Amino acid sequence: MSLLNRVMSGTFMLFTLLASGVWANEPELSKYNLRPGVTENSQRVFDLHNEVAWIMLIVAFLVFAAILYAVIKFRKSAHPTPSKFSHSTTLEIIWTVIPMLILIYLTKPAIGLLLDMEDASKADMTVKITGIQWKWKYTYLDEDFEFVSELSTPASQYEDYARTGTEKGENYLLEVNNEVVLPVGKKVRFLMTSDDVIHSWWVPDFAVKMDAIPGFINETWTRIEKPGVYRGVCAELCGRLHGFMPIVVRAVTQSEYDQWVAQKLEEKAEAARLAAEAAAKSWSMEDLMEMGKKVYAEKCSVCHQPEGQGLASFPALAGSEIATNPDKIDEHTSIVLYGKNAMPKFGDQLTDAEIAAVVTYERNAWGNSTGDIVQPGRVGELRAGN
Amino acid sequence: MAHDHHPTGIKRWLFTTNHKDIGSMYLWFSFIMFLIGGAMALGIRTELFQPGLQFFDPNTFNSLTTLHGLIMVFGAVMPAFVGLANWLIPMQIGAPDMALPRMNNFSFWILPFAFTLLLLSLVPQLFPDGAPNFGWTFYAPLSTKYGPASTDFFIFGVHLMGISSIMGAINVIVTVFNMRAPGMTLMKMPMFVWTWVITAFLLIMVMPVLAGAVTMMLTDRHFGTSFFDAAGGGDPVMFQHIFWFFGHPEVYIMILPAFGIASHIIPTFSRKPLFGYASMVYATASIAFLSFLVWAHHMFTVGMPVAGELYFMIATMIIAVPTGVKIFNWVATMWKGSITFETPMLFALAFVILFTLGGVSGVMLAMTPVDKQYHDTYFVVAHFHYVLFPGAIFGTIAAVYYWLPKWTGNMFNETLSKIHFWLSIISVNITFFPMHFSGLAGMQRRVPDYNMMFEGFNQLSSIGAFMLGFSQLLFMYIVINCIRGGQGKATDNVWDGAEGLEFTHLPSPAPYHSFEKAPEVK
Repeated sequence: MSLLNRVMSGTFMLFTLLASGVWANEPELSKYNLRPGVTENSQRVFDLHNEVAWIMLIVAFLVFAAILYAVIKFRKSAHPTPSKFSHSTTLEIIWTVIPMLILIYLTKPAIGLLLDMEDASKADMTVKITGIQWKWKYTYLDEDFEFVSELSTPASQYEDYARTGTEKGENYLLEVNNEVVLPVGKKVRFLMTSDDVIHSWWVPDFAVKMDAIPGFINETWTRIEKPGVYRGVCAELCGRLHGFMPIVVRAVTQSEYDQWVAQKLEEKAEAARLAAEAAAKSWSMEDLMEMGKKVYAEKCSVCHQPEGQGLASFPALAGSEIATNPDKIDEHTSIVLYGKNAMPKFGDQLTDAEIAAVVTYERNAWGNSTGDIVQPGRVGELRAGN
Repeated sequence: MAHDHHPTGIKRWLFTTNHKDIGSMYLWFSFIMFLIGGAMALGIRTELFQPGLQFFDPNTFNSLTTLHGLIMVFGAVMPAFVGLANWLIPMQIGAPDMALPRMNNFSFWILPFAFTLLLLSLVPQLFPDGAPNFGWTFYAPLSTKYGPASTDFFIFGVHLMGISSIMGAINVIVTVFNMRAPGMTLMKMPMFVWTWVITAFLLIMVMPVLAGAVTMMLTDRHFGTSFFDAAGGGDPVMFQHIFWFFGHPEVYIMILPAFGIASHIIPTFSRKPLFGYASMVYATASIAFLSFLVWAHHMFTVGMPVAGELYFMIATMIIAVPTGVKIFNWVATMWKGSITFETPMLFALAFVILFTLGGVSGVMLAMTPVDKQYHDTYFVVAHFHYVLFPGAIFGTIAAVYYWLPKWTGNMFNETLSKIHFWLSIISVNITFFPMHFSGLAGMQRRVPDYNMMFEGFNQLSSIGAFMLGFSQLLFMYIVINCIRGGQGKATDNVWDGAEGLEFTHLPSPAPYHSFEKAPEVK
């Protein structure tokens, strides 16, 4: 088999494999490429990407063509006497200058686009985004409400250690319990920060990817042009469940947005009223245990595990000193409120009643039978610094 | 060779100060690490074969990606190049041995201990909270405040590797500047020696920076400092600046010697001198110089000032110019030559072609506005594996095939080595090419699970990875077979038209003390 044949058949085989792998599973061709997205900047990024990709592919194929030509034309059997030349100043100048010109040509649109992407001034509204292992908190600074958004795909869909296969929904790993809602046509400024490690908030359809860094605030922005649901992910490795903290943005018209805000504010008022009521009343052990079990499953069991047995660097709670020593009830409660080492603070995610319930639960579950009851009132006192 | 007095058995290898023995140990060490790191890659690809978590807890998966990266960079690629430098530099410059033979022994024997420390982190009885799981880039605070206990073993392992690399680099520089044969001026040095001297300067400049970074981590973890903790007045982004000030020259450390190797192999099998020797030297030096000025192109999403982003974009794109010069010069070397396709040439050609692919995706990544989409996706994974596998690894394999007959005195099995080549080049593309697509379509790096839309590409990558990994066992067989006699004796010149003192002045196999009397270079 001649070399050319070998190269051709190898290439053909590669592309056949690629094509069968791609088309067998993917109905849409766009799954190959970046997407144009739904903002002016994402469209410009998409255009620039396509332009630079084509230019680079052409450059690469010119090089490959030259190599292929040399390999065929100047193989020993066809060209037995090698020439002896070893330099040519003209040629070397040409292939230094031409790449420079191509790069200058590419740089110009890139600079303009970059300056626009980095200009978050004159925004219509601001949303603060806080990365927390492994969820996102969204604070609407203009309207003064906030909520936490986390993966809603149940573990039963992704934990398949028995290797029997599990049924998965269409938006597997790309769905959340609380969607971020934003109005279309408005310039939205995002402020990014983090409570623990570095995360990165990425929604490909907006061409927005910005790191959320603990102790610092980053700024970026978008203006969504089309209503719809847009999905993204955390792009920076942030620990165990890095692959499990997606982002879902629902872009709606201004009037729908206003309705949603009103509803959120109502929910906030209602939650405050309930929390105050719950904090004021004296709870029974059963009620605390019931609520605590629910809170524990939602907020604590990912790290401390469902039976409180702990996992790797996440300490066990079952039988632990903090959760069983009667002198350490306040310390236990404070850790839940304010966090410790790698554990985030839950004071701003949970109400006093919920914290009282989960601490009570942890002190009376999995063989921890202290009989201790923590009332919401005590949590409130600890919050106030007593 | 009756005059070679050296101990035998294990003592020969423990106490040797001979550049060839030490070179062999480096190369075998590197190959073992390559298999260990490769096994981890196959673990990763097994988990990623289909959506859902089938084999590994996400924490274990993160440890696999972390250790795979660390072992391949510090355990496979870098020691392989030091091994080649040991074998080749004395022979190529007409010296009897390296200038500092005892240090040479020491710098090798540090490595097994360094990697034992690193691999001990995998023992659950020692570290119940697992091995390092923060990626080979070990960004703070994930690696400091949130790192598992084994992070400290990792820190000391990195320190030891750094010491070993610095000693190896010093040895290369001292050897090249003091022990060249009479008449071998700097501008007559073989390209492999040139690229290695430049690499050695890079190593000496950046390994201490890495040592500084891990030391700051250590004090942040245990001694109450806050270099990388904003709560104490520090800055997590400063970690990234320090890391990449090491990390970007590091990627050139992992490719420049391969450039040198291609510059030997392509002229030999084209039967024509290297095109533009001087511009090759200057291009290598400018790539090395520029590598110090572009580090923050790895950090376009950390929120740098726009002026910084513009600068790092433009500086990075400039690197494409000298890199292009090198590729064009290799093509011009082949032009009007008389080319044959022995196995080293096949690997060198694959190196040029696939490195070009990795190079053009590098230009795309340099452009800040689009990089904000590519960053931390599989597109980046595809890019750096294209420059590392067909670049650094194929470069090393090409070098082994090219010089093995000179080292052992035997020819290797040509047919098997061509099968090895075709298996490798096909599977390397099946493994890494689909990653461009899954990255562009939106799959982020370092995740153990993904949405079904990426399944096709991931299955291809996994199939390719297993082919690629197991093909390398064939390489091991070919090398061992060659050492044991192979396909008969090699001639002194080995290849028709091979240039360089090792081919023109030394028999095959090369004597234990390369040049006892310095050759005259005209």
